[in-house]
Amino acid sequence: MDIGWFLAVSALIFVIGVSGVLTRRSPLVILLCLELMLNAANLALIAFSRMHGNHDGQIFAIIVMVVAACEVTVGLGVIVAMHRRRLPIDVDELQELQG
Amino acid sequence: MNAVKLFAWLTLLFPLAGCIAVGLVGRKLPGRGAGYLGTGALLLSFLSAIGTLVKLQGQDEHHRQIVAVAWDYAHTTGLDAQLALLVDPLSVFMILVVSGVSTLIHVYSISYLDSDRGYVRFFAYLNFFVFSMLTLILAANFVLLIVGWAFVGAASYMLISFWYRRGTATRAGIKAFVINVLGDVGLVLGTFFIFRHTHTLDFLSTFAHAKEAFKPGDADLTAGCILLLVGAFAKSAQIPLHTWLPDAMEGPTPVSALIHAATMVTAGVYLIARMHPLFELAPSAADVGAVIGCVTLLVAGTIAIAVTDLKRVIAYSTMSQIGYMIMGVSSGAYAAGLFHLMTHAFFKALLFMAAGSVIAAMAGQQNLDKMGGFRKSMPFTFGCMVIGGLALAGIPPFSGFFSKDEILLMIGDRGGWHWGLYVAGYVGALLTGVYTFRMIFRAFLGEPVPEALELEAGHLHHAEVHTNPADGEVEDTDVGFPGADHHIAEREPSMKLAMGTLALLAVVGGFLQIPKVTHVLDSFLAPTFADSKFYERDPTGGLIAFGLVLGAAVGLAGIGIAYLIWVKNPQIAASAQRRLAPLHTLFVNKWYFDEIIDLLVVRPAQWFGAWAQQTFERVVVNGLLVGGTTGVVRAGSSAVRAAQTGFLRYYTLLIVVGTVVVTFYFLMNS
Repeated sequence: MDIGWFLAVSALIFVIGVSGVLTRRSPLVILLCLELMLNAANLALIAFSRMHGNHDGQIFAIIVMVVAACEVTVGLGVIVAMHRRRLPIDVDELQELQG
Repeated sequence: MNAVKLFAWLTLLFPLAGCIAVGLVGRKLPGRGAGYLGTGALLLSFLSAIGTLVKLQGQDEHHRQIVAVAWDYAHTTGLDAQLALLVDPLSVFMILVVSGVSTLIHVYSISYLDSDRGYVRFFAYLNFFVFSMLTLILAANFVLLIVGWAFVGAASYMLISFWYRRGTATRAGIKAFVINVLGDVGLVLGTFFIFRHTHTLDFLSTFAHAKEAFKPGDADLTAGCILLLVGAFAKSAQIPLHTWLPDAMEGPTPVSALIHAATMVTAGVYLIARMHPLFELAPSAADVGAVIGCVTLLVAGTIAIAVTDLKRVIAYSTMSQIGYMIMGVSSGAYAAGLFHLMTHAFFKALLFMAAGSVIAAMAGQQNLDKMGGFRKSMPFTFGCMVIGGLALAGIPPFSGFFSKDEILLMIGDRGGWHWGLYVAGYVGALLTGVYTFRMIFRAFLGEPVPEALELEAGHLHHAEVHTNPADGEVEDTDVGFPGADHHIAEREPSMKLAMGTLALLAVVGGFLQIPKVTHVLDSFLAPTFADSKFYERDPTGGLIAFGLVLGAAVGLAGIGIAYLIWVKNPQIAASAQRRLAPLHTLFVNKWYFDEIIDLLVVRPAQWFGAWAQQTFERVVVNGLLVGGTTGVVRAGSSAVRAAQTGFLRYYTLLIVVGTVVVTFYFLMNS
């Protein structure tokens, strides 16, 4: 199959992720959309790996997954901590960190 | 390391060790322990200096300039700063005079300063001074010379301000320090002028390169030598940088004897003698030195006739005598100038010591008007004062006679306009005789004052209320004042020992260099001055005889005038003072040098400082520089702050837009 299709799907998923991060206000959904972006990248990496016929891209994809898992752990932990402190679960409300 | 170098290092290090030892353990020693410790260090230093002399004389005549390097500070292309000593006849001569006279003055101070609360501090400072002075003398390059030069100025400051509760003393110390720093600046700048062309800091290589690096009369060399002269004038109290020396008499009398008569103030003479190859290539700079020396010797002589403070009379006399030395070494009379330096160190230290004894008998009072008739009650002091006075006035066969006449002889032998200096020198000699014996007659002859009568009855006078003799202010008797007890030579063996030795030296010191008979110094110093075109001169016998007779006659005439005016016919002094009132006012006010310097330098500097503080600092520094910098930072940071909104999605958008822009940029360019 032509590599173009894989890349088209990857780009579509990536744009969905970006638009999710930009438009949604719940940190949980933002985290999900981030995962979408990462996996879009993974898809592109694996497609290129297949195209070149070696395994470098696949190793990259595995590393990205590990990083993504760590990131989700930390992100979910932060969200749980916010919930316990009864902070609003809304990124637009949380804007104390400014100049 | 051979023996010469070892002894030279020891000469330098003993006073340093003494200073540290006295400073650290001096307070724990009982009684006069600190004094003995400091004096012992100096004695060892003097013995090492003798060792250096003996070992140096053991060398072959052509190898008597030895450089002892301890280590390099910096050694690269075009720079060679080393911790190195130059041991040659000139420096050995100087360390012998300095360490010898210093040892005697330490011996004197052991008892003279006995009741002072700062006894330990005094000896630590004194040892530090000797260390600095020896550094200055033994330095083998300009760097170490400048270090020693500055150390000596600092030591002088500490010792002038020794009685730090006296406002007059601290002011005098500051004045001396400021003028000395001016000299330091001159020395440093002069060094740069010379270093630029010779590319070496070492003395011997500088002198070796000077002939190729500079044409005779080279402008840079002349400027450099004149700047060196500024350093020499500041240290040696030559006009117009002399005003600190009379004020420096606020320090304890042994300090005046050691620093402000025998050693430190002669550093300028040493500098010119050391730099003689450069001065011979820059004859106009040497002429400036000769003329200034001549002017100083006359001006100081006239002031010494008029002032009434015992120590200041001797201080002006010192200025005048150093004028002779500067005039001599600037005119090529090197051995003669150094010879006078040595004899002057002997008799001037002696005069100061005797003056100290008289001042102690007067319970700190220094005013000649209040003294008189001490001859009977202080026979030893009187004897020493007369010996010192005769040597100073140049009466044969005392030491000053031979040394002063040799300077004038060598100057006369130069011919030309130097004859003017020759005549001025003999006029100065007449003044010397007058002011020296005016001082002696007024202090020791005439009706005994109450203090002298009290001493004759066997009791030393003590003031009921201690006051500062300079301004009559009541003293803080806790610290920083000379102490309640006084010590006179008649009652203190150590003072007697020091003064007796110096008196002997003042009598016999001149026999080293009797024209046509002995030439010990001439031949000893010859290796240092071998390259000089003025050194090996042989004046005619007629000039020698004429000079000797004239010198003796002028000296005796001066004493005779002093006798006539102040002993035989005291009303002459009063009537002369009335008739020559403007002249007397000029002399008593020291030719208004203090006022002129105040008007020309101090006031403009103060005005400039006030302007700088009120206008320049407020507008330019505070407004423009400080205000401008903070304004720029504040505006920049507020612009950056505006971007930090705290909205997460806004940041994300910025990142996405940025990434897209960067991506498209590279896509377009690929």
